[in-house]
Amino acid sequence: MDLQDLWFALIGLLFCGYLVLEGFDFGVGMLLYVVGRSPDERRRAIKTIGPVWDGNEVWLLVAGGAMFAAFPEWYATLFSGYYFALLAILVALIVRVIALEYRNKHDGARWQRRWDIGITVTSAVPALLWGVAFANIVGGSPLDGDGVYAGTFWDLLRPYTLLGGLVALLLFALHGAHLLALRSEGVVRERANRTAARLWAPTVVAVAGFAVWTLADAQVVRAVAVAGAAVAAAALIAVLPMQRAGREGWAFALTAAAIAGAVVLLFATLFPNVMVSSGAPGTDLTIAAAASTHRTLVAMTVVAGFMTPIVLLYQGWTYWVFRARVSAGGPDEVGTPLDVLGRRPAGGPQGS
Amino acid sequence: MRVLVSEGRVTIKRPSLEIPVDTLELARWQFAITTIYHFLLVPISIGLSGFVALMHTQWVRSGEDRYLRMTRFWGKVLLINFALGVATGIVQEFQFGMAWSEYSRFVGDIFGAPLAIEGLAAFFLESTFLGLWMFGWDRLPRRIHLATIWAVFVGTMLSAYFILAANAWMQRPVGAAVNPKAGRAELTSIGEVLTNKTALFAFGHTVTAAVATGGALIIGVSAWHLWRNRDREHDFFAVSLRWGLRGTLVAALATIVVGHFFAQWMTTVQPMKMAAAEALYETQDRAPLSLFAFGGLEKSPARLDANIEVPRLLSFMATDSFDGRVQGLNDLQAEYERRYGPGDYVPILAITYWSFRIMIGLGLYLAALSAAGLWLLRRGRAVGKWFTWAAVAGIFAPLVANSAGWMFTEVGRQPWVVQGLLKTTDGVSPLSSGTLWVSLITFTLLYAALAVVELWLLLGVLRGGPEPAPEPIGTSSSGDPLLPSLAY
Repeated sequence: MDLQDLWFALIGLLFCGYLVLEGFDFGVGMLLYVVGRSPDERRRAIKTIGPVWDGNEVWLLVAGGAMFAAFPEWYATLFSGYYFALLAILVALIVRVIALEYRNKHDGARWQRRWDIGITVTSAVPALLWGVAFANIVGGSPLDGDGVYAGTFWDLLRPYTLLGGLVALLLFALHGAHLLALRSEGVVRERANRTAARLWAPTVVAVAGFAVWTLADAQVVRAVAVAGAAVAAAALIAVLPMQRAGREGWAFALTAAAIAGAVVLLFATLFPNVMVSSGAPGTDLTIAAAASTHRTLVAMTVVAGFMTPIVLLYQGWTYWVFRARVSAGGPDEVGTPLDVLGRRPAGGPQGS
Repeated sequence: MRVLVSEGRVTIKRPSLEIPVDTLELARWQFAITTIYHFLLVPISIGLSGFVALMHTQWVRSGEDRYLRMTRFWGKVLLINFALGVATGIVQEFQFGMAWSEYSRFVGDIFGAPLAIEGLAAFFLESTFLGLWMFGWDRLPRRIHLATIWAVFVGTMLSAYFILAANAWMQRPVGAAVNPKAGRAELTSIGEVLTNKTALFAFGHTVTAAVATGGALIIGVSAWHLWRNRDREHDFFAVSLRWGLRGTLVAALATIVVGHFFAQWMTTVQPMKMAAAEALYETQDRAPLSLFAFGGLEKSPARLDANIEVPRLLSFMATDSFDGRVQGLNDLQAEYERRYGPGDYVPILAITYWSFRIMIGLGLYLAALSAAGLWLLRRGRAVGKWFTWAAVAGIFAPLVANSAGWMFTEVGRQPWVVQGLLKTTDGVSPLSSGTLWVSLITFTLLYAALAVVELWLLLGVLRGGPEPAPEPIGTSSSGDPLLPSLAY
């Protein structure tokens, strides 16, 4: 495996990290009104991802930056080509950041309801569009010989790619339901478990259909791609007994594995291209044609090899710090900053 | 892809694609709007995170309630501002590929690396530890909790360095060579790219300005409260004001000093930009410093209706000698035509000349304001009406100065997007102008709406003033009181 292939795999790994982690953030957002009937229940649902969602989103920024550094032609063709799809994703992600961060910075029913609706919409839209985008990258979109996108936004929407979008929506919703079940208590947890049970069958059907379609259309069916599909399928099937047994942690881990398996399926099918062209033969954008120089890839490998373990260590630590369930009452409950105002100081912290 | 090379400069031509002029102009506006907007927020976040980290440290050391309250009040302002900075920063990671795909193809081998490293080394650090800081009040041991806000500050510093290294490469493309066959610039030394002297100057200049920007916000808000609500929270805002004034004075002076040496450096590596900053048409040995020039600031024929000058000062500023030679626009234009072929190599003078002066003028204003404030406090006088309004205006001074500085440095590099290697006209994506119109209008409306939301929220928090010190909600195993988290 040379460095170009290694970086192709690393980009895959970064998107895998992004989709597994932000996948449940999207799921929690999409299910906000399903698991939370009152503003307080929705607040508790949001709090399950509160401390971590921003770090999860950074995986996308790093994936984008790494793509720019390791495969400039891929970065340039993809984002100028899928312009409106990316624009919609960016708008949704921007509004989502603000919705998540500002919802609880003011105490007002209308204010919070608006942001709750905003979170729901801006979680569903990027989930759907990432599915559509990846299905296009792998399934083929119109490219000219220079590696320039030669279609319109509507060319991105075809049955196969729309199924890809649906798969992303369902998988992330199920993943998010599992996280909610794992991280919350009381009525939110009960509803999350019920929702997860209901989402299971359609998710299995959609993922299976998408996997078969992907492998059937593949130029070459690779063993790694089949393995990815098998992992995704096995993980999803194993979800059911775990749900029934109330093993919320296992159910969550299994949907994470299913998302990872789906990403492996897509990237292995894509190899050795970075973007498949639906146009004339020989117009695919290949890893070799898109890659940076060996020197750049060496520099990037050194940096990534040094930094990544550190990042994983402290991100892992964050998840450990916030491992406790979000409870309905309890000492760490502060509804809004205004609640703090309402409390009388009883002496404050003592000097150390 | 067809690549034309002349004198080491590359023009990428795609015969099948004619890029409309509109597309170029719209892509420029889009980049300018999204980037300037983002950079209104970033310096506030960098500066405030430093101040909040210091306040938090002071609380942990002294245990005094006032520092806890300062940490939480200014911390909440930081969080509101940080969120919008993060949100608008997402666009920055992708818009090179979206609207500047030809630029991305040309520079990716070099420019992509600092961007990727910024994400890996800085964004993860900032976002993860900001989450830990916000939500860690009720579960982290006190000193570890303190360390999380410092980690955020370190993250902002790293972020600033890597993105400035990327920009510095556009100003002074070192550590790279053009490969005409591949039609792109290729890395020869990552070390040279990351230790570009332009990046080092830009980092010192930008980061100190950011601290001053955060400080100016603290000064303005504190002065307003002291003047408006004389008795309410007097101690809180008096201490905040003193912190803001001290930090801002030091930072603003450092910005000015670094800026001076930065400008001298640019006079050697980007002489056209500095000649444009001064509207200096002819090369001169004893060049005067123009304070205010009125007239068309046209390139050719040169026209200045009135020009207030200080004799020989520009020579001294640029070369440390009153007799030093400073190159003028006309000579440089002739030289560049010889080197790069026919074309207009002079940037838009009205923008470079005035943005440079606005930046410097407002920087001096901020330094003077903080010095005057410290002088007033020293004499123990109450904050008066005049100082209050000067301080409230001072909140905006660095925001305008920061934007003017970037306008100067980016417009001053035109017509190049990468100095001497690639022209801006050759960097734009082959998109229709309609596509750019849609995204430009979308971003502009969205950003305007978000500005309204952020300002409304921020004004509410700022006007409301600090909350009482929070009641401990429990005790940690080590005996520290646990406090409620800062959100949710």
